[in-house]
Amino acid sequence: MTPIFDWAFALEILPTLGEALIITIQATMLGMLLAVTLGLILALMRRARLRIISAPTALFIEFVRSTPLLVQIYFLFYVLPVTGVQMSPLTTGILALGVHYAAYCAEVYRAGIEAVPRGQVEAARALNMSSWRTAVGIVLPQAVPPVVPALGNYLVAMFKDTPLLSAITVVELLQQSKMIGSATFRYTEPLTLVGLLFLALSLIAAYGVRRLEVGLQRFGGKR
Amino acid sequence: MEDYLSLLPALLRGLWVTVQITVAAAILAVPLALLAGLGRMSRKPWVSWPAAVYVEVFRGTSALVQLFWFYFVLPLFGIQLSAMLVGIVVLAANAGAYGAEVVRGAIKGVPSGQREAAVALNMTNRQIIRRIVLPQAIPAMLPPGGNIMIELLKNTALVSLITITDLTFRAQLLRSDTLRTTDIFIIVLLLYFAVALLITAGVRMLERRFKVQ
Repeated sequence: MTPIFDWAFALEILPTLGEALIITIQATMLGMLLAVTLGLILALMRRARLRIISAPTALFIEFVRSTPLLVQIYFLFYVLPVTGVQMSPLTTGILALGVHYAAYCAEVYRAGIEAVPRGQVEAARALNMSSWRTAVGIVLPQAVPPVVPALGNYLVAMFKDTPLLSAITVVELLQQSKMIGSATFRYTEPLTLVGLLFLALSLIAAYGVRRLEVGLQRFGGKR
Repeated sequence: MEDYLSLLPALLRGLWVTVQITVAAAILAVPLALLAGLGRMSRKPWVSWPAAVYVEVFRGTSALVQLFWFYFVLPLFGIQLSAMLVGIVVLAANAGAYGAEVVRGAIKGVPSGQREAAVALNMTNRQIIRRIVLPQAIPAMLPPGGNIMIELLKNTALVSLITITDLTFRAQLLRSDTLRTTDIFIIVLLLYFAVALLITAGVRMLERRFKVQ
């Protein structure tokens, strides 16, 4: 009789899972890069004085935040090819993760921007700075550092959402473990290992975010 | 318009399953969050440790991995649960873990003078929690709690991957039947959005109801 948890088997599949972990981390990193950039653009658009820009942006952010990521992934995966855009499943997944979390990041940036004292903007205007220079030179340098830990939390959240890419055939960590499971009829080891890998990495990342928070406070990031 | 209506009946059947799972998991998640949140603040280590492990494990791993683990691995230990039950229990446990942190934060936010005054009035621990701390902490729990409910609604889409015919699963079925991919997914996204708006409105109502004057 085989034991409930076969350690030798677990050790044997670890390298295969490690390779899949690289895909997972790659998707997280690229997705986050997209999310922080697009999120900033969305945050600025949402604060635009023209209602034609700010109102649709607000609706878009709200819509993306309150619909399931899985459905958004399917939407991009099935609908983009119809419109003639061909992308690999991994690229589609990264795009979906990036757009979904951009909506969250936009709210984070907004909180940061709103916390910058009004006097700063007024002083910049009094010095005859253009609104672009006020935003880039005065507001953002004060708005972004305090919200970096909040962005870090979304990095961890995105990392935990990457298994959703398995639904569009990306062979990331979870999909790899299911493939091992269906090939060997042993699900206990691969799925448990995946769970433990996620737990370990997100605890480390959460610790990193906390350290970052402390570090930023020391450099005057706190208001 | 006619075309859209022909897609609706099947999707609404899926939506009904989604709503059922959301409501059942939410009902289960609230007491879980309160228990784990209060438990984690307990001074007794045999209470605080299990609560902390529960919260960290469910917050630290992916919801989809949790679903697969309970669906594929538990039967190997001889525990057979229906897919529906696995979906409800796992989503509730997941939301409960996030909720526990909300509960903990809200309770920590109650000024310590309140508790000290209650102790001075010779109230028991149970009375202090039920009559002094919770009534003041609940208004602070509601807005983040509402966000967790929306996260829960969004997470129900994951149960389609363990064979439950919820809204997302129906969308997939209908897509292979009719090939009207774009229409179907736009309707599905709008349906989820509508439910999320309902949840937001519900939470707003509760916020007014529990406001401390």
